[in-house]
Amino acid sequence: MSLLQVRKLGVHYQDVAAVRDLSFEVAAGESVGLVGESGSGKTQTAMAIMGLLPDAATATGEILFDGDDLLQASSASLDRLRAVRLAMVFQDPMQALNPFVRIGRQLGHILAAHDIAHGKDAHERVIDMLQQVRLPDPERQFSAYPHQLSGGMRQRVMLAAALIGEPDLLIADEPTTALDVTVQAQILELLEEVRDNTALLLITHDLGIVAGRCERMLVMERGELVESGQTAAVFAAPQHAHTKMLIAAAPRLDRGATLPPVTSTALLTIDSACVSYVEPGKGRLQAVQELNVTLQQGETVAIVGESGSGKSSLVRATLGLVPMESGRVSWCGTELGDSLKSRSAAVRRDLQLVFQDPVASLNPQMRVSAIIAEPLLVHERGLNRSARDELVHKMLDKVGLDESFLSRYPHQLSGGQAQRVAIARALVLEPKALICDEAVAALDGSVRQQILEMLLQAQRESGLSLLFITHDLAVARAISHRVLVMYLGRLVELASSEVLFAHARHPYTTALLEAVPVPDPIAAGGYASLAGEVPSILNPPSGCAFHPRCVHSQDVCTTTLPAPRPFDNATVACHRVEELATPE
Amino acid sequence: MNVAGSKTVRVSAWLLGGIVLLAFVGPWLSPHDYLQTDFEQILQPPALANAHVFGTDDLGRDLFVRTMHGVQITVLVAVVASIVSLVIGVLYGAVAGLAGGRIDAVMMRFVDTLYALPFIFFVILLMVVFERNFLLIFVAIGAVNWLDMARIVRGQTLSLREREFVQAAQLTGVSFGKIITRHIAPNLLGIVIVYVTLTIPQAILVESFLSFLGLGIQEPQTSLGALVDGGVNQMEGAAWMLLIPAAMLALILLCFNFLGDAFRDLFDARQSR
Repeated sequence: MSLLQVRKLGVHYQDVAAVRDLSFEVAAGESVGLVGESGSGKTQTAMAIMGLLPDAATATGEILFDGDDLLQASSASLDRLRAVRLAMVFQDPMQALNPFVRIGRQLGHILAAHDIAHGKDAHERVIDMLQQVRLPDPERQFSAYPHQLSGGMRQRVMLAAALIGEPDLLIADEPTTALDVTVQAQILELLEEVRDNTALLLITHDLGIVAGRCERMLVMERGELVESGQTAAVFAAPQHAHTKMLIAAAPRLDRGATLPPVTSTALLTIDSACVSYVEPGKGRLQAVQELNVTLQQGETVAIVGESGSGKSSLVRATLGLVPMESGRVSWCGTELGDSLKSRSAAVRRDLQLVFQDPVASLNPQMRVSAIIAEPLLVHERGLNRSARDELVHKMLDKVGLDESFLSRYPHQLSGGQAQRVAIARALVLEPKALICDEAVAALDGSVRQQILEMLLQAQRESGLSLLFITHDLAVARAISHRVLVMYLGRLVELASSEVLFAHARHPYTTALLEAVPVPDPIAAGGYASLAGEVPSILNPPSGCAFHPRCVHSQDVCTTTLPAPRPFDNATVACHRVEELATPE
Repeated sequence: MNVAGSKTVRVSAWLLGGIVLLAFVGPWLSPHDYLQTDFEQILQPPALANAHVFGTDDLGRDLFVRTMHGVQITVLVAVVASIVSLVIGVLYGAVAGLAGGRIDAVMMRFVDTLYALPFIFFVILLMVVFERNFLLIFVAIGAVNWLDMARIVRGQTLSLREREFVQAAQLTGVSFGKIITRHIAPNLLGIVIVYVTLTIPQAILVESFLSFLGLGIQEPQTSLGALVDGGVNQMEGAAWMLLIPAAMLALILLCFNFLGDAFRDLFDARQSR
């Protein structure tokens, strides 16, 4: 008999069905991936299993755990099950850990609550568990508060908390979505390694994670199970249209897009840019250092890096939102002023920005029509109302929304629709360049694909240049001519897409590429070849900032900063690039 | 928006409208006047005879007309005081929030200083130094309420300034004035309206409190607070003199509070999704 049997599960909020007629099983020790886009009911399913549904929800059907129906169970008997037999890891470890309790005590509480171990015995078990999840220096971290740990460390602690009671089933709800890709790979590997005989229900939107980690997979769409089967079989021959769509929409590293040709006119030149902030009480923070990049007309340059790499600071300085410490930004050969105010109307018109959070970037009190029309009011004062309306209509049509959206407010839009509106606003003046700051990071795979396609279309039609900031290498692969990799504020590698994805030269780029999960069970990536996490930018390592995590590090790396230099069609900042390129 | 459709809100709105309308129309319908004393009819309980529907007070004045008069005064004081606090508070808070830096610091420390003054002593002092009059009550209530408003508006302005849609407007080159009128002000409006609807009942309470202490409206003018005060003196023999104005006061406060909550829900719904 299976460990978990879900039979005809339904979760309803008044008249809205979040989950409908869902049936599946998880056998003891098995790993099952539950995949779906946002709103597909994945998390509601997990909450129903854990007995954590809010009061407003009603659940129907049966959830049999080792024969007992969890939906009928009293909260006291559920309490006895949780942690010991059933455990869960949430997406955001900062929210799941109590900020006022030292982590050792939090883990100890679990043991005490279930009468597993007390006092000294419990202390030892906690330390042992922290060691298993490879938290460095567990004796010291035992008395740390959650805010003193990095995101990856906190997720390790969460994993320790979930596994310390040696449960039979672990539900992990998007456990790595909030983490950087190299840390994600570490956590996923760790999860596989420490769970032993614990069955795993891994909930994710990322097909790549499932491809590499789960024996079986379930696909949900709008509350219903549309496909299930062995992971390899589902990837090889998806049956349902939604599964096919998901697999097709999952960005991959091994395929680039056909991109329109690039002209050789330099549009935007960033020359030895340095950006720094003063952190009160902590000193000066060097967010960007000595960075050079040129954006040609009609070209897409992706700037890739993990959190803290200085991508966003670079964008903000380029746009004049924050002052540069030193360096120049030139537009069509003319140097631009440091502050936003000193820039001419023509430059503001030709260089537009799309933000990461589409909803926050739209004024909640303005209708879509007014939002898109606003740039026209500033730069096209001669236009009369009807001409303006016509342009707004055209733009809306171009981003794939119909006229009914004109009178909506931002809160009435989905994330993807809001991002389309934000892009319409940015493109309505027909700018020459568009800067996208993680513009697709908050969107579902299929929507992401559509937005990227839309941007490519705009590039084909009008020769738009794109500076695309992303943490996602697969997105960079799908859209860019050239890719710039940043680490702790500095350029690490700059090369054309084909060159970089075929032969990454810098060890950091190689590790990043290996860490990306590939939605293909045969070629699955997601290897954690990098140890540790991105160090604090307040206190960067000496020499090459990457040396503490680099497997090829030598003495010279710890003392001397490598300057970016050309190597084999790429620009690489590594002392050992020549040696590493020649196979031993 | 289902907020406008909720039953409590509809009932509150109609009830409040009805009370205010009655307060202005009611005295015309009654044969009595709020000043007119009738020593033949002292302390008459509510009865339809003689058209004293709410009874009479210890000077033989018609309590219905006096209550309606009290509602007029109370609502007027509350609304005017709220508008005073609204104008001063929004201007002060928005300027501080937008200017930022040192100007902001100085302006807000001034507000903190005023907060530290004990309000009731301040009012009593005002009343003693100057004659008791109508205007002074507006000043007294407004002077306190604008502090809250200024703080709220300033905080909201500060956070709005950093919002991405404001940055997007700045990048496009929208002028400073347009950013205020198109992006900052409309987003302040919601919270300001909510706050005003919640300030009105507060002002009503303060006015009633002052009148109850004998520091507010002067005889023969009256307000709900003054009527309750009068009712307390006659509580044993003529309970209606206390109960009717007190019930009226409670009813008005409840209606305003429900409406304020409804506005807040409406505003929250649009801010977050």
